[in-house]
Amino acid sequence: MAVALARGALSLRGVGKVYDPGGLNVAAVEDWTLDIAPGEFVAVVGPSGCGKTTLLNGIAGFDPISAGEIVLDGETIASARRPALPGADRVVVFQNGALFPWKTVLDNVAYGPIVQRLKPRGQAREAALALLERVGLSDVADAYPAALSSGVQRRVEIVRALINDPRVLLLDEPFRALDALSKSVMHEQVLELYDATHKTVFFITHDLDEAIFLADRVVVSTTRPARVKQVLRVDLPRPRSRALIASEAFVDLKRRVAGAVHEEAQRAFALGERELA
Amino acid sequence: MKPARIQSVSLGALGFCGFVAAWWLLVHFEVWRFAKLPDPLSVVREWTSRNPQYGVSLFTPVYYQDIWASTVRVLIAFVLATVLGVPLGILLGWNRTAREFLFPLLELIRPIPPLAWVPLAILMLSGQQSAMIFLTWIAAFFATVLNTMLGVTSIDESYLRAAYSLGARKTDALWTVIVPGALPYVFTGLQIGMGVAWFSLVAGEMIAGETGLGYLILNSYVQLQTATIVIGMVTLGFVGFLSSAIIRWAGRRLMAWQSH
Amino acid sequence: MTTEAVRRGSSAARPGVLPVVRRRLPSNRLIIAGLRGAAGIVAFLLVWQVGVALHLPVLAKIPTPLDVAAAARQLLLEPKYYVDALVSFERVGAGFLIAQLLGIPLGLLMGWKLAFRSLTFPVFEVLRPIPPLAWVPLAIVFWPTPESSITFVIFLGAFFTVVINTLAGVRALDERYVRAAISLGATPATVFRCIILPGALPSIFTGMTVGMGITWSVLVAAEIIAGRNGLGYMTWEAYVGGAFPTIIVGMISIGLAGYASSAVVRIVAARAMPWAKRF
Repeated sequence: MAVALARGALSLRGVGKVYDPGGLNVAAVEDWTLDIAPGEFVAVVGPSGCGKTTLLNGIAGFDPISAGEIVLDGETIASARRPALPGADRVVVFQNGALFPWKTVLDNVAYGPIVQRLKPRGQAREAALALLERVGLSDVADAYPAALSSGVQRRVEIVRALINDPRVLLLDEPFRALDALSKSVMHEQVLELYDATHKTVFFITHDLDEAIFLADRVVVSTTRPARVKQVLRVDLPRPRSRALIASEAFVDLKRRVAGAVHEEAQRAFALGERELA
Repeated sequence: MKPARIQSVSLGALGFCGFVAAWWLLVHFEVWRFAKLPDPLSVVREWTSRNPQYGVSLFTPVYYQDIWASTVRVLIAFVLATVLGVPLGILLGWNRTAREFLFPLLELIRPIPPLAWVPLAILMLSGQQSAMIFLTWIAAFFATVLNTMLGVTSIDESYLRAAYSLGARKTDALWTVIVPGALPYVFTGLQIGMGVAWFSLVAGEMIAGETGLGYLILNSYVQLQTATIVIGMVTLGFVGFLSSAIIRWAGRRLMAWQSH
Repeated sequence: MTTEAVRRGSSAARPGVLPVVRRRLPSNRLIIAGLRGAAGIVAFLLVWQVGVALHLPVLAKIPTPLDVAAAARQLLLEPKYYVDALVSFERVGAGFLIAQLLGIPLGLLMGWKLAFRSLTFPVFEVLRPIPPLAWVPLAIVFWPTPESSITFVIFLGAFFTVVINTLAGVRALDERYVRAAISLGATPATVFRCIILPGALPSIFTGMTVGMGITWSVLVAAEIIAGRNGLGYMTWEAYVGGAFPTIIVGMISIGLAGYASSAVVRIVAARAMPWAKRF
């Protein structure tokens, strides 16, 4: 049944992360189990500091996990014994933006293929330019990131990730710092890219509207230690249009998600968790 | 020019003239001990004279020989300090093992002021030239290493993670992230290094030199040629300023990406 | 391995209390780092000792670590050593203090009032690149005693640094603090005392720390050129007199003295700015 070529099936089985084992243990993530199908867009929401980013770091390979396993397309890429290594099959787009300030937009986008030695420099830059043209960013190709607005920077960063044809795209609250207007434009851009490439997306956010609008499923995380509290399926048709936001189905989903998140937020507040930016 | 700018430039000129005027007045009216100093006019006269009383002016070759002697020493020391200091700084910032072995040793030696090395330098290196270059080098070296190391450790972790996430290996990350990322700090270190290089060189030349601007100043003092002392000092200031400006300019060109 | 056995912090039992995430530094890590650092220093000493014994090029003529240790032991018994040290400390202290007393107000004023800055900055920037030691001959000519000329040169060393840092500290202050104060009804004097001065304090202390290092550097050379006592002069005397191990003892003493002075400045800074972030 499953096509052998389907890529990007991400399975998190009982994943846990503990800081300072043997000392004063702080569990950031506990027994997180989630199966993501290839090409699925999953949004993870939850109170600040609950461990979502820790989970993402575990998948990306920046931090080892303490328990459980992470399986990508049938291959165990991370376990307590074997930490994952970061790689271009699971590219990350960061919260505060990580475009290299000393490279132009074009060189940033071409970075992945060049550094992986997949293409010689000239070809990589051509491919980067072509991709930038397809998304309408070719006019900033020679600009440095510092000269661009945050919204454009984020788009470039996503393009920089996508050019590597990753199996999973990991986004850590990428639009958090943007204003509402820029965000709504970014959502449309992201959906366009998603519809065109159908990558598996693991998207962390605080913004519940954003989560429901973009995702196939919304996962509500508990407060620290992070566990899967609730998973809601978003049965809205694709391609998504902004009109859907006012629809009954959307409002109902929002109510349910908000209720679950609010419960956890209250619990977190009662335990004195402060906002960890 | 905008009015605000005109105002600040004219105020600056006013301040400068005021300073020179005050200097002249204090010397001329022999206020307290100012009589012992040369007055600004005699300094300028001496400096621009074709036949200076004490043999040093814009028109005498010995003036340029002294400038050249000092500049060459600083240049050699500075280049050596950069060539050795930047890689070492990067190594110490990047590699924890290296840092653990070498940093304590560095921190033990660093507090010794460069000029305290004068006698030892003379002992270690036969020849005044090498001793002076060594002194100049050691001052610039520490500044360079420290600032470079600081630059490496200050790099936002996200850049490194982004690089790895895009498929870079450790050596790739070093060349494509660490080196460009640390560059601003490296250049600050180079500027500071250049400053301390001149500082140490002057001392070295005064104590042990036979040519150079430091020697010129000291020798003029010994020969009671006060006007020439000031000529030497002003020249030193100017050359020092110029060398720092060149580094700043080079930095701006290499780091064109910075939004100013 | 499951995470069942992992407990959360004890704060779970007391709602409303901040969970204190106490990170206990793994002690092995610190021990390893300490051992490696010590190893580096020991290796250095070994290379030095052996290098001299083998008459290697640069090291041939210098004393060995053991010679230095012997000379140190002897020197520490002589009162002259402590007198020299005291003299040097006094010179550094005097020059440094005067530099702060004159430099901080000047820096604050230059940072605060644009007109004043425009007036004084060019003169300042022209004088600043001249190394303090280049002033020695002029200072000797001008000042009545060698002591005052040494103190003057030391003063210069710290002065420019403290002015530049103070100036930068004032200019870097977020305009909003000043505006907030004014909107709350503060007079210019109050703004200066309660906003500008504390706000510039971190930069002032940075200027002090850097300036302190410079003063010791200047002191050494100034004593060699113009002094008759002090640690710098003692080091030079040792060279002239052929007591080479004492040279290195002198160097180490100066290094320690400089380090101790900077540490004092840092401690004062930490107490003066209880609000500052710890690094």
